[in-house]
Amino acid sequence: MSTRFIGTSPNRVGGFGRVTGLQEYVADIRLPDVLEAKLVTLDCARARIVSIDKSVAEKVPGVRLVMTAADLPKPMPRFGPQLEDRPVLAVGETKYHGDPVAIVAAETKDSAEEAARLVRVEFEELPAVFTVAAALDPNAPLVQDPSLRPKDPLASTNVLREHRVGWGDVDAAHADCVVENAYSFPMVTHFAIEPHAFMAAPEGDGIAIWSSIQHPNWLQKIMSKLLELPLAKVRVYAPDPGGGFGGKQHTKYEPLVAFAALKVGRPVRLILTLDETFQAVRRAACEIRVRTGFSADGKLVFQDVKADYLIGAYCDIADRVVGKGSYPAAGPYNVPAVRILARSILSHTTPSTAFRGFGNPQVNWAVESNIDEGARALGIDRLEIRLRNLARKGDAFIPFDTPSDGNWDQAVRRAAELIGWDKPLGPGRGRGIAVGIKSGPTTGLSYSTVRLLADGSVVVFAGTSDMGQGARTVFAQIAAEELGAPLDAITIVMGDTAIVPYDQQTSASRSTVLMGNSVLMACRSIQSQIRAMAARLDGLDESKITVERGVVRLPDRELTILEVLKPGLGKLGGELIGNGEARKDAEPDHPLGGAPAFFEFNCTAIEAEVDHGTGDVTIVRHVTVSDVGKALNPLQVRMQDEGAAIQGLGHTLMEHYIFDDSGRIRNLGAIDYRIPTSMDLPLEMLSETIENGDGPGPYGSKGMSEGALLCVSAAVAAAVRDATGIAIRDLPLTPERVWRALQEPVEQAGIGRNAR
Amino acid sequence: MSDTGNTLPIEITVNGRRRALEVAVHHTLLDVLRDDLELTGTKECCLVGECGACTVMVNGRIVDSCLMLAVEADGAEIVTVEGLARDGQLSPLQQAFLDKGAAQCGFCTPGQLIAAQALLAGNPHPSVDEVQEGLAGNLCRCGCYFQITEAVLAVAEGEHR
Repeated sequence: MSTRFIGTSPNRVGGFGRVTGLQEYVADIRLPDVLEAKLVTLDCARARIVSIDKSVAEKVPGVRLVMTAADLPKPMPRFGPQLEDRPVLAVGETKYHGDPVAIVAAETKDSAEEAARLVRVEFEELPAVFTVAAALDPNAPLVQDPSLRPKDPLASTNVLREHRVGWGDVDAAHADCVVENAYSFPMVTHFAIEPHAFMAAPEGDGIAIWSSIQHPNWLQKIMSKLLELPLAKVRVYAPDPGGGFGGKQHTKYEPLVAFAALKVGRPVRLILTLDETFQAVRRAACEIRVRTGFSADGKLVFQDVKADYLIGAYCDIADRVVGKGSYPAAGPYNVPAVRILARSILSHTTPSTAFRGFGNPQVNWAVESNIDEGARALGIDRLEIRLRNLARKGDAFIPFDTPSDGNWDQAVRRAAELIGWDKPLGPGRGRGIAVGIKSGPTTGLSYSTVRLLADGSVVVFAGTSDMGQGARTVFAQIAAEELGAPLDAITIVMGDTAIVPYDQQTSASRSTVLMGNSVLMACRSIQSQIRAMAARLDGLDESKITVERGVVRLPDRELTILEVLKPGLGKLGGELIGNGEARKDAEPDHPLGGAPAFFEFNCTAIEAEVDHGTGDVTIVRHVTVSDVGKALNPLQVRMQDEGAAIQGLGHTLMEHYIFDDSGRIRNLGAIDYRIPTSMDLPLEMLSETIENGDGPGPYGSKGMSEGALLCVSAAVAAAVRDATGIAIRDLPLTPERVWRALQEPVEQAGIGRNAR
Repeated sequence: MSDTGNTLPIEITVNGRRRALEVAVHHTLLDVLRDDLELTGTKECCLVGECGACTVMVNGRIVDSCLMLAVEADGAEIVTVEGLARDGQLSPLQQAFLDKGAAQCGFCTPGQLIAAQALLAGNPHPSVDEVQEGLAGNLCRCGCYFQITEAVLAVAEGEHR
């Protein structure tokens, strides 16, 4: 079957707005009469709120509202995607640095900022926990009120939940070599260049909410419940987010802004500063202990993984991150015995949430690094040990789950080839290779509507959020392919819950597969209507006609869809409407609530050079090979792959939160928290795909936007180890950390110590 | 600092159009562009001159508009992303950004374009290193740095003229 649009890289749909400045992000939308809001926060993490005096703030000219917990319904409304534990405003006690105690709304930003400074909060700083060790101390203060989870035996601890997965008998397994090490992964933040922005406006007998959000329908559900309004009375506008990376999945300050707007009877908007986004979203830090057993020939005998994820003060989606992220911790290998214990540990810090990779990069870093240690202890090549254990297509490498759905060894061999695994290395250089796996979506529900208009142009309604991944372009390509319309005659409508059908969420690299299938189904529904039309026009039986990829085949000739549509619609014109639905139902007995629709598989290989004088790590070559099934848009696939890889270099080499004793983030903002710039790139980046058309999405595609981030840390650290002989088990590998490690050869004793 | 704060009159030329306005003395050029002139193509992110999202051209040189007071721009010639296209025709750089896929979420794109425009004005045939160094002050969290570099080089090589 010839394809005209699939597998090509047309210019991004929505690209024109992006290069001209016309693209409207939430902060660019100006409603007449809008009030500017500012949060009031305290200069410490945990504090008892003694009193709040808003009298001075209220006198600032232009101030229309100063709202505290006392102005909100009692008991304080709470919300959250997993647990309803997050208050609209802190009540009684703040739980982390940045937890708002009040909001000010004023005619101008200046007035709001001035008034926010003048809200006088009397507070008493309380003992708090910012690390795993402190949170687990038997005398630690509790982050969460135990009454929020009655009947839970863990309620009187800071452990929110424990997730246990395993098979085989780890304790009985006989290993010739056991390697045990502890690893740590830092707290990092999403740093979308668009800071989160929220706006709410009373609209008739309901409310309209604007948010740079990935899951507009989930927000709608939460707001409907909080405000006791029917879903139809909560209209969520979700303009394309300026980067999301998971940080914009879930409801944050929309409820607060909505209550403020309803109270004052005018639109209110809250545009966070970048610093405030650090206090709003982050990735969970993690401490991981891995014990890996090998046979003498390098076969994995067991994996025993204990991962303590330091989540924040409210759950958000963090516990799901822990459960789902740790579940495939044993990696894409056939391992006969596995025991994984992952814990979600509450702390008085920014609530952690989804972040590209969703809990997998943390455990991957530890487990893949430990496999390197095993290979070294056994004298087996680090590439070879992976190939020896890698699951082959169809292997139930996680028993009773979706079997391996790709030719993963192909990706590994290609990455090894591209990095030149067997080639001699220059002085001061080393290589590392690692593999990563992530479970795709475990449930899903994506509706779409496609309208074929009388002139053959097409409108697609699809509730995905296009935050840069290019969903609009891919859906347009599918519609063009199936309906034979040129790309520039296709409009994609997203981001308005009043007119776009329900979509569960934009996450887990799902949209090409789930919404893509939905759009495909809607197009196929139109194709069948065209088929009926053609049959009617020609007086033929429908069985004599096929419609595929924009072409109508009659027994004696081929027509375009438009050639059938025009006479078919007749003088009145009109349109054809197709609906699509892609559904992946929950499986209650599955540990994750459903088997993954696909796996994201990636192999990353790194050649690095270490400067012994400064500890600086230069990535000489970064190879990433992802199994994508089919690249519907090769350029966008490459950009997602490279983007994930570069983001992975961020937490590997430079990014981490630094706290002081009061739990304040000391490196808030862009000066003291560095993300990769154009000067921090690998000298050479090679991104390739494996395409066997074996995915569940349209034309055999799989989701792929996270894979290249999963194993960056392990591959880079392995290259540093190869170059220097130094194993570093804490991230990030900052120049200081690497330099210090180089100065302390004592550290070296640790490498072999655990290997028996 | 409130509504009753001091203001001063300024005259600036933005994208070829002369504008006379009264601005608060503490407002940045970014504030004035976005809030007073409603030119929202220029983006606000870090507010400390590190991310480059608010990059504009002032008298031919690039400036983080979050760091420059509007009153300092009095009399200046300013170019923002809205001023790059002429008569509905994209500039060669804008077209190259589209063709090479140099914009993903797009939030950093206006700043990247302005910085790249200035870079090429000063160095019409830059090397890869020069492009990367020239744009080092413009963060892209989507990570399409390679595509951005490609787009700039394509324009330099005349691919988009």
